[in-house]
Amino acid sequence: MSQTTAPTTARAVKTKLRAEGISMIFRRDGKETSVLDSVDLDVYDGEFICLLGPSGCGKSTLLNSIAGFLAPTSGKVTIDGEPVTGPDPRRIFVFQERGVFPWLTVEGNIAFGLFKLPQEERARRIAYYVKLVGLQGFEKAYPQELSGGMKQRLEVARALAVNPDMLFLDEPFGALDSITRLIMRGELLRIWEAEKKTIIFVTHDIEEAVQLADRVVVMSARPAKIQQIVEIDIPHPRDISSPRYLELRDGIFEQIGLAHKV
Amino acid sequence: MNSLTQPRKWEKFFWPVLAAAVFLAFWHYAVQFSGSKIFPSPADVLNGIDELMKKGVLGSYIADSLHRVAVGYGLAVLLGVPLGLTLGWYPAAAQVVNPVIQMARPISPLAWIPLAILWFGVGDAAAMYLIFLGAFFPIVVASMNGVRNVPSMFRRAGRNFGLHPAALLAKVVFPAALPQIIVGLRIALGIAWLVVVAAEMIAVDSGLGYLVIDARNSGKRYDLVIAAMLMIGTIGLALDLAFRRLEKIKSVRWGFRLEA
Repeated sequence: MSQTTAPTTARAVKTKLRAEGISMIFRRDGKETSVLDSVDLDVYDGEFICLLGPSGCGKSTLLNSIAGFLAPTSGKVTIDGEPVTGPDPRRIFVFQERGVFPWLTVEGNIAFGLFKLPQEERARRIAYYVKLVGLQGFEKAYPQELSGGMKQRLEVARALAVNPDMLFLDEPFGALDSITRLIMRGELLRIWEAEKKTIIFVTHDIEEAVQLADRVVVMSARPAKIQQIVEIDIPHPRDISSPRYLELRDGIFEQIGLAHKV
Repeated sequence: MNSLTQPRKWEKFFWPVLAAAVFLAFWHYAVQFSGSKIFPSPADVLNGIDELMKKGVLGSYIADSLHRVAVGYGLAVLLGVPLGLTLGWYPAAAQVVNPVIQMARPISPLAWIPLAILWFGVGDAAAMYLIFLGAFFPIVVASMNGVRNVPSMFRRAGRNFGLHPAALLAKVVFPAALPQIIVGLRIALGIAWLVVVAAEMIAVDSGLGYLVIDARNSGKRYDLVIAAMLMIGTIGLALDLAFRRLEKIKSVRWGFRLEA
């Protein structure tokens, strides 16, 4: 299995993000829990990375510290050579579907980060991203009137509208049913190819990771370390019954220590 | 009719009207059979309301009561919401002030009557002060908890889009807390309406509370007592129903899903 560092499928091999020696220790009631153990990771510009690991392994913690919401106990994250000190509109975090603001309409949510723009430009972007995520006709609807998949698309639109160069997605499709999840993966890839963002996507779903990512970062159970980085050298759209797909997927199943028979 | 079938449209009105009619009939015959000279029948009460309207006091008493509630409750909203938001926003400040609030909260506003009269004299101001006290604490506590219960995800999303603390409070925390604040405001309005009646029995000589106590003291006019009680109940219900309309506004309705 390939263990190369430079991806072949990414458009450029410029390092976008570098995480060096990220460790995280939580203290609660006098007890120390080590969640991340010196994680090193380079992410290339325009790349789609999946952080894959069992639930509770610390992959969300890693994503939160990369996004600047949590300061790591030790180690540092740099993006474009600048150290990350906090959240930044150039890099938007997408939560599970409940991250959209229920008190704002579809338009209001998409416009949320656009308060610095002139009215005209704001309207233009709202229209563009409503269309990109296929929510035409729902501009004035409130999130409670939308389905789970639509809410998730809305959150992605809200993130993209501020034109960030990175997206951090924390199990964004986790609350969706399996059919909607499949559709959403296709949508996300379509948007990624259109918008050329660098994406870090956290998931515990092996199939999802192999379907989406340029490289899958397989993490161990807590305290999380990077076990292996698997390059998925299959061009999109991916045939998920091709021998190469199955080979890569089964390799990860083995890596995680799961038999892939039910 | 079981709990799974939707009541039909006519049933929605028919059963409550029937219940009210049964209640009125029971009241009427109970008064007649007991031969009570003091306790009024429904017809006596109706005549009482008519008498009050002809004297022109009913309208002015209602206006006086509503005015006192408007001022006392209005002040409680104007001061209580910002204070509650602040305390929710700065947990350290809340820790300092919370013991005082929690201590003052269970004191009935009526226990403040002597102090209210000492400070404001007998009159409108004392009554308004009591209403203010009754409404103020529930509003502060609801606003504070509303802010505290805002999911951290919303705050993080707001920060992620580059909002500074003041904008975060105005554009994320306040709208996220608003449904809970509205619940507090509604409870506080109910309390204000309870308190105005009590306050008017002691501190002033107009209003529906005064009408209750005056009708009893000057000639044991229990028909007027009950007429006043009916007015108090009707107006209280109307206020609550009017307030409930706020919960239907789309930008807050998400917080009331259970009642939708």
